[in-house]
This record gives sequence, structure tokens and C-alpha cells, in this order.
Amino acid sequence: MLKDITLGQYFPGNSLAHRLDPRTKLILTVLYIVILFCAKGFVSYGVVALLLLTGVKVSGVAPRALVRGLKPILFIICFTAVLNLFYTPGEALASFWIFTITKEGLVTAFFMVLRITMLIMGTFLLTYTTSPIALTDGLETLLGPLKRVKVPVHELSMIMSIALRFIPTLIEETDKIMSAQKARGADFESGNLLQRARALVPILVPLFISAFRRADELAVAMECRCYHGGEGRTKLHVLRYQLRDYLVLAAYGAVLAAVLILARFGL
Amino acid sequence: MSDIIRTEHLTFAYPPDEGKDPVPALDGVDLSIRQGSFTAILGHNGSGKSTLAKHMNAVLLPGGGRVWVDGMDTLAEAALLEIRRRVGMVFQNPDNQIVANVVEEDVAFGPENLGVPTAEIQARVAAALKAVGMEAFTLHAPHHLSGGQKQRIAIAGVIAMEPACIVLDESTAMLDPAGRREVLDTVKTLNRDKGITVVLITHHMDEAAMADRVVVMDQGRVVMDGTPREILVRMEELREIGLDAPHTVELLHGLRQEGFDVPLDALGIQECAEAIVRALA
Repeated sequence: MLKDITLGQYFPGNSLAHRLDPRTKLILTVLYIVILFCAKGFVSYGVVALLLLTGVKVSGVAPRALVRGLKPILFIICFTAVLNLFYTPGEALASFWIFTITKEGLVTAFFMVLRITMLIMGTFLLTYTTSPIALTDGLETLLGPLKRVKVPVHELSMIMSIALRFIPTLIEETDKIMSAQKARGADFESGNLLQRARALVPILVPLFISAFRRADELAVAMECRCYHGGEGRTKLHVLRYQLRDYLVLAAYGAVLAAVLILARFGL
Repeated sequence: MSDIIRTEHLTFAYPPDEGKDPVPALDGVDLSIRQGSFTAILGHNGSGKSTLAKHMNAVLLPGGGRVWVDGMDTLAEAALLEIRRRVGMVFQNPDNQIVANVVEEDVAFGPENLGVPTAEIQARVAAALKAVGMEAFTLHAPHHLSGGQKQRIAIAGVIAMEPACIVLDESTAMLDPAGRREVLDTVKTLNRDKGITVVLITHHMDEAAMADRVVVMDQGRVVMDGTPREILVRMEELREIGLDAPHTVELLHGLRQEGFDVPLDALGIQECAEAIVRALA
């Protein structure tokens, strides 16, 4: 049952969005966020929404999956909406007891909700269309220049890819340990939160011990295969920008310019 | 032919528990492994066979004595990468030696570390996967493969470094019979077709029977050394150090005691059956 957990939320596919260089997609995501935060009025938000819709359409990701991704932050969305609704000063529309709803509040709340929703959806588009390995690879190359200021970029990306590699292994192991403990009468499903948390101890202890042992063995195995850090390392696949990467980047740049101009006129 | 690995008076002791005297894991091992040979190192748990294996590519360094890999002293730090490139190691647990999420990426790990150019890595990965018969799984995720397949990927990862020798440190111990067969067939083929030296650490007699040479270890020493036919028939001596002779040998031994005229060294099942038929005729 633990095996059903989806990891990294990647949906394999072969759309244009999937085929873009991971570095391009990382840059696009940053650009998208910038564009989103530059948007001011209905028109510019409309442009961003259009951009998002195009992205969704091109990636072939089911819109339902994007909406599902919003669930965990539903509370934050509501909270921001309510705060903005009541605490923005301006022309009063309705008031009761100590609360006053203003016209400005209504507009700000609406835009706030729109902004958070589109922010989440846009960034999900990145993880939905990019495999975790490609993402790590892209990050390592993009952050490469930081090596000069002694940021251990290679090590960080190695840590990330090994963590990703061991997630299924450790999930399988957790499943095994749980079955073993259940066979000895352990109960994980009943009791209050504290009791349930306590029931996890006999799972976590063996899991940690085994993870440490695995780490030890993996380290020896990596050394046996001549691993000696990132220095002098080459790659099986070298990331290369294609024409499509430049075109999409140019398009995003144009949208950014358009939104900036629109925002200047308060649209 | 020259020796790919040579040990001279090799001794080694693991750091002891507090208040105890160190027990030597290796106690004066002199061993030469010839280039292109297939050697099985036998021994029960704690005989020192895995410790010996770990000296063959400088994972452990000698406490006393010397180890030479292709003429390079393993104590010389400058030669470390070159030694590890020449002698590849495959371990027991397949899950704990696979580094990447995709089969081809894992096989490429060794050559990437060695700084091999991209185009050549791709050629080597393809060749290595072909050599272990896993080319159909190039883009698969390793955790969906069987134990035997994972070990073949691990072997491919070693081959991609173009080593002179592969050491299999109980690499079949965690596999089911089918997986063991897969791995053993793979290394046998590599030994025969590509001339790669194979050192197989095991406690399975039938695996040792496949080798050209069997070295038996006990208490950190080499106690027997010879061809499988010479060694595996010494049933009583093997039993004394906690090893069982192959079933065929035991059967033939029993028949002999009952007065049948059968040879003892018919190790293979087919060979053994034929010997018994001849004796009965």
C-alpha cells in the first residue's frame, strides 16, 4: 500500500513541455513568478492566466491534477482572502459589527487569491513535466557558476539524486518492517495521535539502522567505482539547449515586457 | 601469463572491541591471481575471504605485508583510482550498490567518475549492457528489476570501467537460484569471451566447481589451493572447516563406501550420473 505513494508528482509524457531542457523550464518558472508579481490589473492578470492556460494545454497535464495540487494550501488561500477582504481601507461596501468590507478589499482579495492559485499551478507544471533526475541535473548545471564561490553544487545534487534513488527502496523496506511488526501484534491503526505516533517507533528504529548500513555500503561501492567528488567528472548526457528552448524563452520574455507595460498603465 | 593480483604475507586485523585483543582476519596470505583466470575463494563465515577480497582493490589496506594489483602497490595512494579501475568489485546486496535512478545512468557512473568523454561513455554503456544481456532495460528504473538483473547491472557498471579483473564478493548470496544462475553465467561468459579475470568469493560448492582454481580459506589462512577436482573431493577436510562437499561428491563417496567402483571427482550432475551408470553396468 505504501508503494502507491506518488513521488515527485512527475507525469511522464512526450509533450513540448516535457521535451524542453530542464534548465529552460527552471528559468521559465522563475520568469513566470516574476510576471505574476508584476501583474496589476484585470488585463495583465488575464495575460498571465492565458500564459498558464497555454502551459497547461501544451503540457497535456490534466487540469484536475493541478486543482488537486491546490488542496494542501486551501487554508492559506482562504486566510489571505479573509485578511485582505476586511483589512484593506477604502470605500465601504458593507459593514457589520466591527467588520467592514471595502471595495478595495474585495479587489485586493480577489487578486491575492488569483495570484497564489496561479503561482502554485504554474510551479506544479514544472514538477509535473520534469522528472526529478532531470530537475536535479538542470539545477546542478544552472547553479554551476556558484562553485566558484565554494557552494558544493555537485555534492548537493548528488545528495538529492541518491535520496531520490533510495526512496522506493526505503518505502519497500518500511512496508516489510511494518508487516513484520504487525505479525508480532503491533497495532498502527487504533488509538489517539500520541499512541499512533508511539507505535511508529518500532518501525523507525530498524528503518534508520538499515538506512545507515545502506549508506555505509553504498559509500564503499561508490568508492570502488572511482567516485572522488565532482572534480574531473564527465556526464553520460550533456544538457543542450535546442531551438525550441530559445523560442519559448523569447516568448516568455515578450509576455514579461507586455505585462510590465500593462502594469505601468495600471491595467 | 602475468599476475593481476599478488599478495605477500598479507595480514590484517579489524579494530577490536574494547578490552579485547585484536583477532587477525587475515594471517599471512600469499596468493597470486593470474590474468584471465577464474578463481573461486571458498570459506565459511569469518574465514577472512571477504576481507581478502576488499584488499584486492584497496578498499582495505594491508596491516602487514603487501598487495600488488597489476604491479601497483595498494599502499601507494597515487595509484588508487587506477587500481580501482582495474579491479572492479561487485557486492552482496544489489540495492546498496546502485547509485542512479535509471539503468544507463548507473552503468555510466564509473566512466563518469573517470572523466571519460561523453561519446565514449555512451558507447561503453551500450557495450556493457549488451555484455550482461540487459540492453533491453537501458531506460528502466533499477528498483523494478529482479535481484539477478540488479546484480547484472552492477556487473555492467564495473565492465564499463574496462577492468582487467572483477571480484564478486558473495554477489550471489542474496539471490534466488534463478538469479544466481544468471549472474554466474554472465561472469563465466565475460571470463571466456573477454578474458576478464574473475575472482568469485562464495560459500557455495557448486559455484566453486565452475572455476579453474579453488582457494579454500580458514581462520585467515589459505588452507587448500588447487583445481576444483583436486579440492572438492576432500570431503572430510572440508567438513572440518565448516564446508560441505558438493552433493555429487557426497553421493559418490557414499557409493564408494558401499563398495561401488565410482570415481570421486565427477563434479557435474551429468558427469556424476554417467559415472554411476558405468559402475552399475
